Amino acid sequence: MSIYIQGIVYLFSINLISVMGLSLLTGFTGSFCFGQAGFMAVGAYTSGMLTKLVGWPLWIGIICGALAGALISIPIGLPTLKLKGDYFAIATLGFAEAVRLILENLQQYTGGARGIPGIETMDSPVPVLIIALVIYVLIRFYVASTHGRSCIAIREDEMAANCIGINSPRMKTISFFVNGLLAGLAGALLAHYVGFIQPSMFGMAKSTELIIMVIFGGMHSVTGALLSTVMLTSLPELLRAASIWRLVAYGLLVVIIMVVRPEGLLGSWELSIANLKQIWNNLFNRKPSVKEGN
Amino acid sequence: MYILEIDNLSKYFGGVKAVDDFNMKLEEGSITSIIGPNGAGKTTIFNLITGIYPPTKGSIVLHGNSILGLPTYKIVDLGLARTFQNIRLFVNSTVLDNVRAACHDMANYSVLEGFFPSKRRYEQEKCIKERSMALLATVGLADRADEIASKLPYGYQRRLEIARALALNPKILLLDEPAAGMNPEESLQLMDFIRKMREKFALTTLLIEHHMELVMGLSDYITVVDFGKTIATGTPKEVQNDPEVIKAYLGYGDKNEEVA
Repeated sequence: MSIYIQGIVYLFSINLISVMGLSLLTGFTGSFCFGQAGFMAVGAYTSGMLTKLVGWPLWIGIICGALAGALISIPIGLPTLKLKGDYFAIATLGFAEAVRLILENLQQYTGGARGIPGIETMDSPVPVLIIALVIYVLIRFYVASTHGRSCIAIREDEMAANCIGINSPRMKTISFFVNGLLAGLAGALLAHYVGFIQPSMFGMAKSTELIIMVIFGGMHSVTGALLSTVMLTSLPELLRAASIWRLVAYGLLVVIIMVVRPEGLLGSWELSIANLKQIWNNLFNRKPSVKEGN
Repeated sequence: MYILEIDNLSKYFGGVKAVDDFNMKLEEGSITSIIGPNGAGKTTIFNLITGIYPPTKGSIVLHGNSILGLPTYKIVDLGLARTFQNIRLFVNSTVLDNVRAACHDMANYSVLEGFFPSKRRYEQEKCIKERSMALLATVGLADRADEIASKLPYGYQRRLEIARALALNPKILLLDEPAAGMNPEESLQLMDFIRKMREKFALTTLLIEHHMELVMGLSDYITVVDFGKTIATGTPKEVQNDPEVIKAYLGYGDKNEEVA
């Protein structure tokens, strides 16, 4: 695998891990999180500092990064998850900006705006890709479980969800925790892919990019999030020939899809054998139309 | 023995007394209706019982235990289910998933187990599906199980909401204007349906309704409220002949007018 392709696989896998958390929290639980980069920064700096400054092994550092993302989500989530819609989004945005500014100003530990260079890097993107795909499968199982249905109920109508006995603060906190864990993991992996971290990597642009991936693919579909992560990660690379115009093309594509298909690429369609069979039947099997004829 | 006892329940929004010293006792297995003109505070009473608003004062006792200050989901766990005046379904979910969402107590696998397949999970999910389909069959929606809830006609949405409430295995069912928007024939069907549900699930039913035919035909007891105050309680016959009730519904003659 050329280094270029490897890089794209790394980026795709890391984005996918983060997007899976966001898909659960924003797409399925209905809490619009605009601070994903903040959680990624926590994971990245935890792992980066533990491996470089303390000398812990790479994968221990990455696990600690994921746990740090999860742990920070609890004190952030408990007060903010009570907020409705837009207010929650603003609160998470504020959190992410606060993290970025703290990292910039804690110069003696984080290197300030110059960041931390020389972080140990990984040899191959394959383990990262496998982790990302396993997480996709796990999230698929979760959203189809009774807990996932509770999350969807909260997204659709929180008051009605409470009135069928769903403990909505608990379910939202769990989703927020899982999102923090995955974002922390993604951040840590990013640190060990690039080998260098600085606060500006975790700005609002990163949070926006990730939330666009969730919305673009279909808020109610984990597979949609996977598909859009593939597309939106590889698209800027495919359009590299268009040089400075590629970001314009990227933006245009997002606008066009949102206008034409506001529910996202896949809506609520999921990849499954039953759903594939149905498509197959619709395409090649004439039986339904024969029935209509009779 | 009363299953639900409400004493001096009041809710003030600033200076507005939405509910003022409301009293009610529900006999187990009875059908009780709350009636009254629009804005009389009927839905507020439901919202107080289900813990959506905290009351200003008063007490609510379910099975001898106070439920005051409990969060909604705990009150629901104690055996209380409700529907809403302006139907609140999970509109982007399928009909089946609306009911399945309410069956979460039938699954006891943990959140962590939710991320993995297991035999236990598979079996519990199978039970949930069977039970949900059975409930949909009782409300006549079994053949629409895979449709998206928002695509259902209005009357069916009401039925689905009732099925979802019944999935909780409630002892008390609160129905907020279930016949709203139904034609006379549909409301008669609904009346039959509520009676059947009472037999089948040994339900105590509390009903808010404007269709007088339905209320008078169905209720064992009626409470009439107006401007947050209870103005009459009793059997349908007693209430119908109560002068205060007639006043509330039809208005009253001006005494000065008589003099003139």
